[in-house]
Amino acid sequence: MIYADNAATTKTSRTAIAAMLPYFNTVYGNPSSLYAFGQQAKEALEDARTRIAACLGCDAREITFTSGGSEADNQALLSAAAIGARKGKKHIVSTAFEHHAVLHTLRKLKTQGFDVTLLDVPENGLLSPRQVADAIRDDTCLVSVMYANNEIGTVQPIREIGAVCREKGVLFHTDAVQAVGHIPVDLRSDNIDLLSLSAHKFHGPRGVGVLAARRGVPLTSLIEGGAQERGKRAGTENLPAIMGMAAALGEAVRDLDANARKLRVLRDALIEGLSAVPHSILNGDPERRLPGNVHFCFEGVEGESLLLLLDDKGVCASSGSACTSGSLDPSHVLLAIGRPHEIAHGSLRLTLDAENTMEDVQQIIIAVREVVAYLRAMSPVWRDLMSGKQKFILE
Amino acid sequence: MARALIAMSGGVDSSVAAYLMKEAGFDCAGLTMKLYENEDAGISRAHTCCSLEDVEDARSAAYRLGMKHYVFNFTDDFRRSVMEKFAQCYARGVTPNPCIDCNRYLKFDKLLQRAEVLGYDLLATGHYARIEESGGKYVLKKALDASKDQSYVLYMLTQRQLAHIRFPLGTYLKAQVRWTAVKLDLCNAQKPDSQDICFVPDGDYACAVERISGRIFPPGDFVSADGAVLGRHNGFIRYTIGQRKGLGIASSEPYFVCGIRPADNTVLLGRQNELYRAQADAADFNWISGTVPQSSLRCKVRLRYRQPEQSVTVIPTGEASVHLRFDEPQRAVTPGQAAVLYDGDTVLGGGTII
Repeated sequence: MIYADNAATTKTSRTAIAAMLPYFNTVYGNPSSLYAFGQQAKEALEDARTRIAACLGCDAREITFTSGGSEADNQALLSAAAIGARKGKKHIVSTAFEHHAVLHTLRKLKTQGFDVTLLDVPENGLLSPRQVADAIRDDTCLVSVMYANNEIGTVQPIREIGAVCREKGVLFHTDAVQAVGHIPVDLRSDNIDLLSLSAHKFHGPRGVGVLAARRGVPLTSLIEGGAQERGKRAGTENLPAIMGMAAALGEAVRDLDANARKLRVLRDALIEGLSAVPHSILNGDPERRLPGNVHFCFEGVEGESLLLLLDDKGVCASSGSACTSGSLDPSHVLLAIGRPHEIAHGSLRLTLDAENTMEDVQQIIIAVREVVAYLRAMSPVWRDLMSGKQKFILE
Repeated sequence: MARALIAMSGGVDSSVAAYLMKEAGFDCAGLTMKLYENEDAGISRAHTCCSLEDVEDARSAAYRLGMKHYVFNFTDDFRRSVMEKFAQCYARGVTPNPCIDCNRYLKFDKLLQRAEVLGYDLLATGHYARIEESGGKYVLKKALDASKDQSYVLYMLTQRQLAHIRFPLGTYLKAQVRWTAVKLDLCNAQKPDSQDICFVPDGDYACAVERISGRIFPPGDFVSADGAVLGRHNGFIRYTIGQRKGLGIASSEPYFVCGIRPADNTVLLGRQNELYRAQADAADFNWISGTVPQSSLRCKVRLRYRQPEQSVTVIPTGEASVHLRFDEPQRAVTPGQAAVLYDGDTVLGGGTII
């Protein structure tokens, strides 16, 4: 089996598992307990917080642990909205290709009287700071732009967008779930006020994440019932997961340059190999994308069939946008960058990891080429395209 | 081992169909078609993106039977070929049967193609009907359980399709199916049968037509055959041929809806005797045998789902059209509904009443 869906989730690293184990049955006290055994757990928790803060270029007090990226996104947006509402500012700027954790929260805020501007995304999947600057109004309370897109992998000019927000005095949130641990992220130098991350995207465990909030940005608690996380997130801390996350992030940041160098070589080989498929297109800028992300559309191919047949050949891939039912919806990201419906349906996302090899890449290229050719041979749409009855959209 | 894809809706019938295919020795996988978004069916979006519970029921049944399970998104096709057509028919004053369109354009066309592409030899569904083969020819027959028989909505099947379709429930009674589900401890064993049209769960067709078409159908006149205005209707899509209730007209003798005329936004009313027709025509006609009879023939016909069969003389008028002459005049022959021909248990074919 070749696992090429690391943007969906990653294998938990040995380091992370080793870091977690003692906190299940050795140091299992509750960090809130008074006795020394509980204190020991509390110390570990704070140590993890300090180490994570160091990886993100912020202060330990600016780190709040959450159940993952979605919760962090929800809390970031709702907190910033609450701050804005107190000042009578109820306008939010975001983009059309955010993760649903952001888009759906914005939809909820709309029903509460917020005005939301979703910026169009250019075809290359890269927003310009200028677009953000132009969209900010006097009543704008928040700008939320993802660091790297979860489907097409494009990396946004976050530092510049952050600078625009600073200059205009608007809070800036970034969903950095796909970025942290893969490319350098630094709260201070990137001018970020609020940042969401999720541990299982960088070989940490699932069910744990972080909302980093710059000092002076008060968070609204979504979960009531205790004073954990300085009253910003009630519930007994998931200490084993937090320890695993700290270890995984430390490792990912330590190896970041080496992994990225290796991945770019694999990624570019894969892109080259798949570009040879006629009537196909790489989605997202070829350079300014995550080191492990490859995302293609193939005309005349049905994404669901493509994934199933790749599965039969032992390749785990995705189209990028899986609905909770497991069915594939035409991706809002591809529609946002202007791909028509019929093209958006034939999409393939391959997300590599440092464990992948050049042999994997070769095998993926062979498998994709075979499956695409087979599906096209079976497709009535393809017949119409070949006979000229219907016009190709992709050259 | 032949590979079979089982179309699983999440209901008890298709789950048991999956079990029977597995027992028959096929290498099976379950498949649920995602056909519409909740908003399209007028269900509030809540927090899920589709009719998630049905999908979960289907998945749970498939896993319980040791099968893989997939969900395929057919929302674009379903909207185009079924929902929009449904609304267009009503707007033309015709009463459609969207389940037949779903079978014709989705299940036994798009899905069957998909099954073939993915290397499945057979597609099985939980329909109550039988397929028999002799000498390379396929025959579609009524289900053994007459009360569940669904052969009426399957008349569009062709020889080529029948060769790749299985209806494992055709020889079972509904009670046996439920009993099998209980024995297998399937989570949906006690789930009620689906009623109505899946994308109109509240049964308010007129509201669905307006939602899908984005049009409003304004009030107009009720008229009699001689052109007299009898009252006001609330939009012609709210009426079907033969309807008596809800017309709001005081009269010693009851009125019935006899016709719908979108051109001048009127609904034609008449007395009971004006509802009867001695003949009708059907288009888009499919002869299951694949050959159009050379001369007229005598058989039985159903003009709507579950109607008792009526004697008829059928005169083929083209490759895909017939003229029907009923022995007894038929009440409320409704354009848009299917006329399906039977010879005993065998379905000869069917088409759309025009």
